[in-house]
Amino acid sequence: MTTTADITDACAEKFARYAGLLDGELPSWLLPIREAALAQFTKQGFPTVRDEEWRHTNITPLAETEFESADPDATRVSPGQIRRFRLGAGNETALVFVNGYFAEHLSDVAALPKGVRVMDLAKALAADLPAVRNHYARYAGIGKNAFAALNTAFAGRGAFVEIPRGAMVETPIHLLYVSCEEEPTVAHPRNLIVAGEGSQFRVIEHYVALDQGVYFNNVVTEVVAAENVVGDHCKVIRESNRAYHIATLGIHQARSSHISSQTICLGGALVRNDINSVLNGEGAHCDLDGLYMLGGKQHADNHLRVEHRSPHTSSREFFRGILDDRSQGVFCGRIIVRPGAQKIDAKQTNKNLLLSDRAQINTKPQLEILADDVKCTHGATIGQIDEDAIFYLRSRGISEDAARSLLTYAFAGESLAQVRDRRLRAQLEQLVLSRLPNGELLRGLA
Amino acid sequence: MIMQQQKTSMLEIRDLHANVEDREILKGVNLVVNAGEVHSIMGPNGSGKSTLAQVLAGRDTYQVTRGEIIYRGRNLLDMSPEERACEGVFLAFQYPVEIPGVSTQYFLRAALNAVRWHRDEEELDAIDFLKFLKQRMQIVEMDEGLLTRAVNEGFSGGEKKRNEVLQMAVLEPKLAIMDETDSGLDIDALRIVADGVNQLRSDERAFIVITHYQRLLDYIVPDFVHVLVDGRIVKSGDKTLAHELEERGYSWIEQQTVTEQPVAS
Repeated sequence: MTTTADITDACAEKFARYAGLLDGELPSWLLPIREAALAQFTKQGFPTVRDEEWRHTNITPLAETEFESADPDATRVSPGQIRRFRLGAGNETALVFVNGYFAEHLSDVAALPKGVRVMDLAKALAADLPAVRNHYARYAGIGKNAFAALNTAFAGRGAFVEIPRGAMVETPIHLLYVSCEEEPTVAHPRNLIVAGEGSQFRVIEHYVALDQGVYFNNVVTEVVAAENVVGDHCKVIRESNRAYHIATLGIHQARSSHISSQTICLGGALVRNDINSVLNGEGAHCDLDGLYMLGGKQHADNHLRVEHRSPHTSSREFFRGILDDRSQGVFCGRIIVRPGAQKIDAKQTNKNLLLSDRAQINTKPQLEILADDVKCTHGATIGQIDEDAIFYLRSRGISEDAARSLLTYAFAGESLAQVRDRRLRAQLEQLVLSRLPNGELLRGLA
Repeated sequence: MIMQQQKTSMLEIRDLHANVEDREILKGVNLVVNAGEVHSIMGPNGSGKSTLAQVLAGRDTYQVTRGEIIYRGRNLLDMSPEERACEGVFLAFQYPVEIPGVSTQYFLRAALNAVRWHRDEEELDAIDFLKFLKQRMQIVEMDEGLLTRAVNEGFSGGEKKRNEVLQMAVLEPKLAIMDETDSGLDIDALRIVADGVNQLRSDERAFIVITHYQRLLDYIVPDFVHVLVDGRIVKSGDKTLAHELEERGYSWIEQQTVTEQPVAS
């Protein structure tokens, strides 16, 4: 049997081979960051269910799978194969990645305001851009997070988005990660979004699969918002039902910035999202919304951590879960209010709909409040479909199946309504409907 | 069967017994309703009025233990709630259910199209439906703003009841059962709801109006009044019976039931 120690050793060995393999020249500051991250990971190893933060998510199957790096040839995927995932033909800004590698032939960068950069992170690293140097690997918090450490040790590919001071990017920037591998492969996508003072942006992080392969996407995304930034981030997980997706989203917000982020999880065998938001400046506000819709033996774990460092900061979290068959969900929402951070307004809600007796949800709020003038609320519900509502719908001629689907869809719909991009929302609505019995009867609901 | 419709009643309830969790609520109800008639069922609280309404609509928390219900020549008890609705049975709920996330407009269209589909009629597209709906909304003087709101969510008591009558106006049932539609309504709302119902009265349509108070019957004038006490119809008459009940209370009837035989219309 392979032990975790063996696996971490193997990782260290791979690292030695891999470190020199990135495209182009690397800035001198990067290597120490990677080495420190690897040391961190080697020390820590993969988490087990004995770790409090991983109590309900067992990653043994992942740790025991031998993953290889994917074939770097991205050209085997044609534009036609990914058309259904795109959000507009030819007129959107999209960076497309195939098994973690940038696919130039599939990407489009439409006209962007002056100074806005949307580019392959490898190129941004090679060019040693100041915004990368100043912000890379500062917000994900690898300290207690083995997977973020592993990503930081191996990463070098992904998206770099820079919105300079005052710039408005109205159309969403689409980061599309396509997986299409038969063999177990691993990728460490790394995204960095740097928004300058008073700028506005919309970014979509979209993970899709062309087939039902086994692979592991180990993602880190960092979002740094300067004063008065208004930003919208939407992440959609439509991985293969045999895939592993483990991700850390680190959001860092300065004074009076507003960030909203949605995490929509529809695919993947095992999914874990660590969403860490730091409100570092008076008037900063974040909205974190999410939906996980699971069936079969899918497992999805959302760990949120919102840290109120400054007074007069506010946060809203609203995650909904729909769990069918033997699926399992975990929601853990930690709200931290630092000493002296008065006049905080934080609200957390987690609602779950269980469609099967064998589905499971573990939901846990954690409040650490070290200030005394604070408004902090949390609420979690777990329930079945309301039978009174089913009868009401049936008494109006709607079949029982369609009534159940309609109520389930309505529950999901309240989360999907948060997705700003109309085209993406339409894709997601159709996807949710396609999972419901008689869902085709409900088309046109939106 | 179509041939028979001329001769048979719209609804015949024969010796209906029904339980909730092993407790017998209906203890032998008999009632005949013909097209074009308005029947009122009155009775004290707990007499079984709402149970009768729910059994007619097909709620499975009530078990029918004896008797039968023939609706337009067919055994109603063999039909699912949705099939009953598609065949023209409509229940206006005493407590309309809130459905978060489903807009009133979508709900009405889904219901109408389900019924139309059952009748082999073409489904209405969004534009034709909206035209039809706006015309129907005048019947209950309903504010258009409610259409985009979730079904009954945050509606006032009066708005919920008007929404029930609107659904009736949209689905155009043959048999409409109104379960205490007047409860909790102020006089203005009561008048609007009653006006709506009166506009929907026709020779082809029958109503069963369940109410605790005679007040509603000043607006919706019934052809027949039945008094339900302890799971049986113990007295039937014309609209004057309602006034008598209002004056003398139900205890007067309850004392008489020992001697009088129930009369079906």
